[in-house]
Amino acid sequence: MSPAKNTKTNSEEYLRMYTQMVRIRTFEDNANQLYLTAKMPGLTHMYSGEEAVAVGICEALTDDDKITSTHRGHGHCVAKGANFKQMFCELLGKEEGYCRGKGGSMHIADQSHGNLGANAIVGGSMGIATGAAFTAKLLGKDDVTVCFFGDGATAQGLMYEVMNMAALWNLPVIYACENNGYSEYTRTEEIAAGSITARAEAFGIEAHQVDGQDVLAVNTLAQKLVARARNGEGPFFIELMTYRYHGHHVGDINREYYRTKDEEKHWKEERDPITLFSAWLTKEGIATSEELDAISAGVKDDAKTAVEYALAAKYPDISEVDMHVYAPTDPASLTVGG
Amino acid sequence: MREITLSQAVNEALAEEMRRDPTTFIIGEDVAEAGTPFKVLSGLVEEFGTARVVDTPIAEPGFMGIAVGAAMTGARPIVDLMFGDFIFLIMDQLCNQAAKTHYMSGGRLSVPLVLRTNMGATRRSAAQHSQSLHALVAHIPGLKVAMPSSAYEAKGLMKTAIRENNPVVIFEDKLMYNDKAPVPEEEYLIPFGVANVLREGTDITLIGTSSMVQVCQKAAEILAAENISAEVIDPRTIVPLDEEGLLKSARKTSRVIVVDEGHQSYGVTAEIASRINEKAFYYLDAPVLRMGAMDVPIPFSPALEDITVPTPEGVAANARKLMSGEMIHAA
Repeated sequence: MSPAKNTKTNSEEYLRMYTQMVRIRTFEDNANQLYLTAKMPGLTHMYSGEEAVAVGICEALTDDDKITSTHRGHGHCVAKGANFKQMFCELLGKEEGYCRGKGGSMHIADQSHGNLGANAIVGGSMGIATGAAFTAKLLGKDDVTVCFFGDGATAQGLMYEVMNMAALWNLPVIYACENNGYSEYTRTEEIAAGSITARAEAFGIEAHQVDGQDVLAVNTLAQKLVARARNGEGPFFIELMTYRYHGHHVGDINREYYRTKDEEKHWKEERDPITLFSAWLTKEGIATSEELDAISAGVKDDAKTAVEYALAAKYPDISEVDMHVYAPTDPASLTVGG
Repeated sequence: MREITLSQAVNEALAEEMRRDPTTFIIGEDVAEAGTPFKVLSGLVEEFGTARVVDTPIAEPGFMGIAVGAAMTGARPIVDLMFGDFIFLIMDQLCNQAAKTHYMSGGRLSVPLVLRTNMGATRRSAAQHSQSLHALVAHIPGLKVAMPSSAYEAKGLMKTAIRENNPVVIFEDKLMYNDKAPVPEEEYLIPFGVANVLREGTDITLIGTSSMVQVCQKAAEILAAENISAEVIDPRTIVPLDEEGLLKSARKTSRVIVVDEGHQSYGVTAEIASRINEKAFYYLDAPVLRMGAMDVPIPFSPALEDITVPTPEGVAANARKLMSGEMIHAA
């Protein structure tokens, strides 16, 4: 692990980072179980293995800062402050979900914590993130936007169009590329020519590569870049080297045609972000392993309660089907002088 | 009343709304000093500065995406898409992102943005700069679609569009930018979803959109000389559509021609004709006729291009057939 220097220096905050990573892993274990037992409609994409990325970055943000997320978005949603009950309700299409069941796994948005939403189009939110940063600059606010996307999205042209404009206009946006080694069912080296960070550098954007399994390294870098972006020095680009434990989606079980079980075993046993951080916390005397186990057990209980709640929760009334197609506009504002 | 061009009317609407609401901004290619190739935006950058009249690189999906994100976070973007044909380049951002965000988020997020673009053939610009593609976006729930038919309409509809809390696409006919019409100096807005009856009649209803309203007006004059009384209606917005207003006229006259410059197949004319058939069937004395652009890419040669779009003479000829009962026997 990286040294603690320049990271959050108080143990409460380290433990919060640990808790948030465990919450993501636990959420995903439960979501996977819901899918495997056919209790969840549709499909979903697991974030397990990448927890240090979302947590390291989101712990450097405030609720006013924005993020855009991806189809593999549960981790970002939890890390930005969402609660289990509303998330599980959304995954199950229930009325109390964050989007009243209309979005599902691939469209969870949590505006109250600045999460502008997951996006089921690969690379589809890059414009949205850049636009959120544009608003901050236009209206003189100091919030920063982080755009999460995967290595697969680096193949989309939109990314280069918006990075060009973000650099021209010094927008407070951080492009966070989660390089988990696979673009759906294809190895990244087969779809990405040259260097990913060099692509950002070509626009004059300062780019960094960081170990995405090391939450302190991610958080240290994120804190520096967020502060600089807030100060008008953006945009920035980070490539976070990480790994996806599950397949592209929950149904992608037999994946030996694109990656070996040995490779998966290596990452899970040697490079797991939660295991690595637990070891550091105990070594530094911030917590004992018993204390960390107690945190994990508490999170598991929370998840169990939330899953049971969501399973029993109501579906939206069918009258909601054509609700929210259009946002209401105050009639008074549509009048002369209004 | 003073008369100004459609171009000046749009410019005035934008300036008034930008003075009213500091969260509005214009974004697009050559919108600032150049004022767009059609010079619709001339003078705005001088008043509002480059922070609010933002020139972009030639990157339509990019600036459309930025506008969507800006709209979701408290700004009101007015996107300038230089030619309507370029709408194909921004389809993901417009139809997958802007149109669906409010619904997908269960009403928690909204996208108050205006996409200004244009339509219309016979400018000798060939197949990639002449299309009228409003039917494509009208098909997508979550978008509103306005089609001004004069300078007066353009100003009033634009002001409403900017105040709407939803993504609105406005199609201006690029051949009408220099057409003048009476426009009051005082502020006014035109509500969405309220059709405008331009001419009352009793024998046949001519429903026209955008520049086809002028075509219908001229056809009505030709028909008047033959003692055929035509009613001319402009829906103004095709989403929302003033269905009741159109049905009322159809029930009164019992014959309808729908004229629109989009391709005829699977188009706006088909949608409106179908609704009238479904909801005013027993009032009709003839099938509802559709007149759209021919189902061909717009050709360059003037000799070919001119015959691809509906004309007053063509509309009048079809009206005569409906009046004589010829179309009933053809059916």
